Amino acid sequence: MMDFFDRLLGRKAPSGQVAKDRLQLVLVHDRSGLSPEIIEQMRDEIIAVVSKYVDVNLEEMDISLSQGKGQSKLIANIPIRRPRSGASSGLR
Amino acid sequence: MAGEVITITSGKGGVGKTTTTANLGTALALLDQKVVVIDADIGLRNLDLVLGLENRIVYDIVDVVEGRARLKQALVRDKRTTELYLLPAAQTRDKSAVSPSQMVQLCDALRPSFDFILVDSPAGIEQGFQNAIAAADRVIVVTTPEMSAVRDADRIIGLTEAAEKGEPSLILNRVKPDMVRRGEMLSVEDVLEVLAIPLIGVVPDDEAIIVSTNEGMPIALDGRALAGRAYRNIARRLMGQEVPLLDLRERGLFDRLFGFMRS
Repeated sequence: MMDFFDRLLGRKAPSGQVAKDRLQLVLVHDRSGLSPEIIEQMRDEIIAVVSKYVDVNLEEMDISLSQGKGQSKLIANIPIRRPRSGASSGLR
Repeated sequence: MAGEVITITSGKGGVGKTTTTANLGTALALLDQKVVVIDADIGLRNLDLVLGLENRIVYDIVDVVEGRARLKQALVRDKRTTELYLLPAAQTRDKSAVSPSQMVQLCDALRPSFDFILVDSPAGIEQGFQNAIAAADRVIVVTTPEMSAVRDADRIIGLTEAAEKGEPSLILNRVKPDMVRRGEMLSVEDVLEVLAIPLIGVVPDDEAIIVSTNEGMPIALDGRALAGRAYRNIARRLMGQEVPLLDLRERGLFDRLFGFMRS
C-alpha cells in the first residue's frame, strides 16, 4: 500500500523503468567488455594526460560509457579552469 | 525445395526456446509447410515432450551422426499435423557428441526435402550454442521481459553477429500486459530499445501453455488461445507475410464472461 502512495505522489519510479535504466547501464559495460576497474583506470589516465596541459575541474568532471544508436560511446566531459601557464602554446 | 534453417536460441535457460520451437514447427506445418524440428540440446532432451512424441523415439541425432541410423529412420512424424517431423536429441550423451560441421552436413541433407528446419538450441554460450547456430540461415532470439533474460539475450545477439549469422530477430515471450500497463514490467518498446534488433513476435504469458505442455499438445494447435494465435502469426511472418501484432489485452469470451468470478 505504501508503494501505491509513493507512486501516486511520484516519489518512486515504477520498477519497469528502474529495470530499463539498470539494464542499459549494465549492457554498456557488457558490450564494451570493459570492467568498472578498467574504466576507473582509464579515467585516471585521461585525467593525468589532460591535467598535464590544463587545470581541470575534478569535481564537475564526468567520464562515462553510454549507449548511442547501435554503438557504445565513451563520453568525457572535462571542465577546464584555465590553461596552465607554460603550456599555453597550442591551448588558448 | 531448399529449406531455410532457423535456429531458436536465448542465452538464458527457461525462457521458452523449446516451447517456441515446438509451436513454430506446429504452426508452420498447419500452414502446409514441410517442417523438421531438431532438438540440439544433447543430453537434455525435451522437445519430444513438448510435442508429445516422447514414446515414439527410436533413433536420435547422435545415432545419425555416428552412422547407426539413417537420417530418415530417426525422424519422428507428428500425429496431428501432416508434415512435421522431429529429430530428437540423444539423452545419454553430451554436447561434444555432435560437431558444428556435422550439424551443417545434417541440415544440408534435410534442406532438399523440407521448407523449414528449426533448430532448438541449448541454453548457454558454449559448444551447444555453437553447434546449434552452425547451419543457421537466420537466428531467432527468445527472451522474456526480465532483466537477466534480456541481458543474456544481448550477449547471444553479439555472439550471433560475431559468427556472421546476421542480425537475429526477437521473440518476446511471457509478456504480462497488466503488469506492463502498471509500469511494473519491461514493455515491448523497452526491450526493443535496449536490444535494438527487429521484432518478429510477442507471446503473452498464458497458463494455457503449461496445460498444453502437460498434455503434449502445442498450443499453436488451438486457434482460439491468444498464445496459439501469437505463434501462428509468427509462423506467417517467417513465411514472409506481413501480420500485425496481436493486441495482448484482448481476452477470450470465457474470460470476459466469467473473469469476475475468478478474481
